Amino acid sequence: MNEQPRLGAHSTSPLRGEVAPEAREGVGSSTSANVALPPHPGALTRSDPPPQGEGVENLRHIRKPLPHDSGPKHVQGVAQYIDDIREPEGTLHVAIGQSPKARGRLISLDVSAVRAVPGVVAVLTAADIPGKNDVSPAFGDDPLFVDTEISFLGQALFAVVATTRDTARRAVKKAVMEIESEAPSITVEDALERGETVLPDYSYGRGDPDAVIAQAPKKLEGQFRVGGQEHFYLEGQVALAIPGEDGDFHVYSSTQHPTEVQHVVARVLDIPDAYVTCETRRMGGGFGGKESQATQWAVTAALAARVTGRPCKLRLDRDDDFTLTGKRHDFRCDWKVGVDEEGRIQGYAVDLLARCGYSADLSAGVVDRAMFHADNAYWMPSVHIASKRLKTNTVSNTAFRGFGGPQGMLAIEHVMDQIAWVTGRDPLDVRYANFYRPGENVTPYGMEVEETDTLVNLVRTLEETSHYRARREEIAAFNASSPIMKRGLALTPVKFGISFTLTHMNQAGALVHVYQDGSVHLNHGGTEMGQGLYIKVAQVVAEEFGIAMERVRITATTTAKVPNTSPTAASSGSDLNGMAAKIAAGAIKKRMIAYASEAYGVPEEQIEFRDDRVFIGNQSLAFDELAKKCIAARVQLSEAGHYKTPKITWDRAKGTGRPFFYFAYGAACSEVIVDTLTGENRLLRTDILHDVGRSLNPAIDIGQIEGAFVQGMGWLTTEELVFSKEGHLLTHAPSTYKIPVASDVPAAFNVALYPNANREETIYRSKAVGEPPVMLANSVFCALADAIHALDPEKPVPLNAPATPEAILRACEALRGRPMG
Amino acid sequence: MVRETIRFWRQGRAVEVSGFHPRTTLLDYLRLQERRVGTKEGCAEGDCGACTVALGRPRGGRVHYEPVNACILLLGQIDGAELVTVEDLAVGGELHPVQTAMVEAHGSQCGFCTPGIVMSLFTLYHEGQRPLIREAVNDALAGNLCRCTGYRPIVDAALQACGEQPKDAFSANTEQNVQGLTMLADGQDVFVGDETRFFAAPASENSLATLCAQHPDATLVAGCTDVGLWITKGMAEIEKVIWLGRVAELDIIEETSDMLGIGATVTHADAHPSLARIDPDLGELMRRFGSWQVRASGTVGGNIANGSPIGDLAPALIALGSELELRHGDATRTMPLEDFFIAYRKQDRVPGEFLRRITVPKLKVHEVFRAYKISKRFDEDISAAMGAFKLTLDGRRITEARVAFGGMAATPKRALATEQALVGLSLDEPSSWGEAMAAIARDYQPLDDHRSSAAYRATVARNLVFKALSETASGETRATRIIGQRDALQAAE
Repeated sequence: MNEQPRLGAHSTSPLRGEVAPEAREGVGSSTSANVALPPHPGALTRSDPPPQGEGVENLRHIRKPLPHDSGPKHVQGVAQYIDDIREPEGTLHVAIGQSPKARGRLISLDVSAVRAVPGVVAVLTAADIPGKNDVSPAFGDDPLFVDTEISFLGQALFAVVATTRDTARRAVKKAVMEIESEAPSITVEDALERGETVLPDYSYGRGDPDAVIAQAPKKLEGQFRVGGQEHFYLEGQVALAIPGEDGDFHVYSSTQHPTEVQHVVARVLDIPDAYVTCETRRMGGGFGGKESQATQWAVTAALAARVTGRPCKLRLDRDDDFTLTGKRHDFRCDWKVGVDEEGRIQGYAVDLLARCGYSADLSAGVVDRAMFHADNAYWMPSVHIASKRLKTNTVSNTAFRGFGGPQGMLAIEHVMDQIAWVTGRDPLDVRYANFYRPGENVTPYGMEVEETDTLVNLVRTLEETSHYRARREEIAAFNASSPIMKRGLALTPVKFGISFTLTHMNQAGALVHVYQDGSVHLNHGGTEMGQGLYIKVAQVVAEEFGIAMERVRITATTTAKVPNTSPTAASSGSDLNGMAAKIAAGAIKKRMIAYASEAYGVPEEQIEFRDDRVFIGNQSLAFDELAKKCIAARVQLSEAGHYKTPKITWDRAKGTGRPFFYFAYGAACSEVIVDTLTGENRLLRTDILHDVGRSLNPAIDIGQIEGAFVQGMGWLTTEELVFSKEGHLLTHAPSTYKIPVASDVPAAFNVALYPNANREETIYRSKAVGEPPVMLANSVFCALADAIHALDPEKPVPLNAPATPEAILRACEALRGRPMG
Repeated sequence: MVRETIRFWRQGRAVEVSGFHPRTTLLDYLRLQERRVGTKEGCAEGDCGACTVALGRPRGGRVHYEPVNACILLLGQIDGAELVTVEDLAVGGELHPVQTAMVEAHGSQCGFCTPGIVMSLFTLYHEGQRPLIREAVNDALAGNLCRCTGYRPIVDAALQACGEQPKDAFSANTEQNVQGLTMLADGQDVFVGDETRFFAAPASENSLATLCAQHPDATLVAGCTDVGLWITKGMAEIEKVIWLGRVAELDIIEETSDMLGIGATVTHADAHPSLARIDPDLGELMRRFGSWQVRASGTVGGNIANGSPIGDLAPALIALGSELELRHGDATRTMPLEDFFIAYRKQDRVPGEFLRRITVPKLKVHEVFRAYKISKRFDEDISAAMGAFKLTLDGRRITEARVAFGGMAATPKRALATEQALVGLSLDEPSSWGEAMAAIARDYQPLDDHRSSAAYRATVARNLVFKALSETASGETRATRIIGQRDALQAAE
């Protein structure tokens, strides 16, 4: 195959009459009805030969666009979130007392006036903690309540437990404290100056990029800033802890990581893990914000329940949620690159300076992942990827969909544009020139990119279906005659590594019971935050037993049924839990087959489960009849399945290995218009082609892609976190922090799935979808830069993220040669 | 006669509530007292819309539904209205058409914003213009944040379900509901509580004047879209609330050939069409004002009386030369709007005094109006800077100018130096505009804040002077605007 196959090579005839299931079901493209669109020929007709061992599919549930299992409940307001659970009589409510200073020492804390408020039952401080004063996920540096050292403005000093939430919130204000404060570190530069980090610096690479860049025909360097992002899950952090017998606790927590909540509650209360059950039916959004940082609120509620002996609930007010919980890390990326005349990278060096906040939290992995995506899809012969995990006196930054990957990837996309501006080539051609290709397919961390053709083919297809070249010309003509309004276009690729980079986390468990009436109880370690994990795993189980979806009862995630789980994160939910559930259901099915084979004297291979029946040679019986017979014959119809991802290895000390099972790919083409007098802008059209392998549920996957894209667009445009010098987060609620609204999404929003069976043996050859599409929004950022570039094609565009109207106007005025003050 | 309860219509019957704390929000009433938990709290500041419920009031022989944010609406404010929450839509297990469309379009993921979105779509279902276009759906949804879906399926659901004549249990029961609501409209003053803590809703201007004089320390509330946050975020210990929403005389729009009189409690939603007729830019400003929920509750008078330095309306109304009328006891006085704003959050209003009316002069021939709202996000955002211009022309020359900005100073303020520099300019000589653009820097010394830097405000304001002059000179906006192009707006009228 050529290095860059032409579109015609695979766009002519469907192989073996296979049509993408999403096309068959009519949901493969989300094109709105009133927009006429070209079809995505690639999406409809392209089809690699299925991997070995996978024949013609005959599937009842898998690949079907089933609606979210809770959809009808959502629309009626009957889907239960934790704050909706009817509280046991006597439930108390908890509010957090926060530090008014960002850095210093707590000299004294007088809560007597708080205790005196009618309705206040208890006030909790560090002194009330029976176990360890630490709610951190790993590094032991997140106190539940400040003992002496204050690390950020808003940090929890104490908690008030009262008969109503209103009473608790009002009583908080009565505390009297003395703080010896000092000037806080707020910015990357503050931290660099103080030389404070939360974890050691880390780097890897190959060759001698400094020398290569010095000798390259063209060399460029710059400093690029990428902003953070507030999760803004619609359901704020909440937990309800109910004391039971013998000092045990049942904790309802809106968490992506029930096992960690269980473990940390036990650690702080000094009780065994077995005395704590954590249950999560659903979250009103998570996005990483409830991976490690739901824990503190659940632990506080449990401590309150322990001290008072009564059920206790803690629901953060939205402003408190903004102040008290971490965000996406913001970065300063110091980069330099050497390229040849064609814009091909010869050497690249980048220092990723991450603002981690006051503690390590998940910054080890987040910044590693930023490093793992500093190459995105591009071959770098000589490369050095370095990172610093800077400590600032701000809330501890945490997981956010993409987990550092988006920041690292945006930096190299920005560099691609810089190369295009200096070489005068089309930015897309610069990207093509740098894609991984056979023989030039090893990442800076030593992992081989095995499917080098997938992304190139995908991008070629999107280039065609989005009419990139024709629109490029049309836009140039428009800009030539429009002095104030400028349009911009960009097509950017995504290559995203799938697996937790902490190898041991790549495991999952599921518990399946078949009952005598043929109904099936399904439980697994993954949590539902809206992403449709529960329905996907239920599809897997229903498929395995050949039964109707209605027979599968989806049940709330709980540490009592499936223990020792990993967080639902890293896009891994359906890969891991789907496999675990398939293994569990498969084991039960195997025992049922063994029984039927013996009872009916039919070879096992002649027994088939489908259409809610079991076909045994020439006869058949209903699924539930076989279940009854199995029970009578003392066959176990319950199984705990366990799955661990194969193939992955990672030697962090050496900076080499295969940290990812596989890569997910995608590309987006976006067009914008910019008002160069104000910086105001609109996204006019976006075309997306994304690789989810062979989709488990195309409706759910399209929803993930669209939602992630819009969330990424918000991150790169209107979502701006502003801290004051004193450490106050000034954008602390939706009134001041602006996520996208409906009108920010273009009418021409064309999303299609790229059928491309996963070459690895994942669940039904699908690929993970949660995070990768966030980075499709890089196309919006690059399109905005492209529009500004039209003001003066001789100059690079000094645009940082987020590209707010202010950031855009600043860049425009710079290109006009009248820098904004 | 004074009524000591509030009464509202719910699920086809009258509900009477008394003995509540005046600060009780509608959301807390629903979730903590009724224990109907379908309505969610997302932000408790009227921005995310997760708590959206519909209020119906009789209008033109039918029930007119509007969406409101229950989190910052006081319970007392639903007096006389029909209350519809997400639990009320499905009848006998059968989903409402907007609910069905949402499920079929995959319009929910985490589901937490969904009840609010369903209620916004419910009001759109009943009140939307037909044919329903995407832009109208976007406007209807501007006050509903969704973090999961990217909105596309929600907008599809709205276009699918809300474009037809309504045919649901509510349209079927219109007559009964109108009768019920008419029965509730008793014209009585409402007073729930005692002299130290009360929620009062006088039914006439004289009752209001008396009550204000008796309780000059009471908090006056019209839409409560600002005071609501004092309660939910500021934890303000408000004990005495006087709600203006039942004062019939204040909820009046008067229009003559040369002016518009807007009563103090006229909502933004109700004032919108009249203001849009003065100038398309004013209409566009109203379209982008808050969200549908905020426009349905918030009032023109409240937006002015609370004295916010960033209120969107004040600069536009100052540029137009508007006047205020205030009443204290039996005495009334009038003043130019710009004089009302004394300092940051300080207005020329004595305790016990209330705003009666705003008078907005219409544009005369030879007068040109332009207004620009500059915000981080186009819809449902507060401006970083808001500029309004009224230019009087003699041929191609400017003879008079009124310019006002919000977000540039501690109050909405006129740009006197700029006005002076504009007078005498020729529209045909762009090279002569520099002085007027530079003059803005003498009028305002803006501040850095979370919405933007001082430098951005100063630069934008200067560029807006250029933009206003360019548009006045060319008579068109296609080359200078991304949205709110006047020819498109006028065509849509």
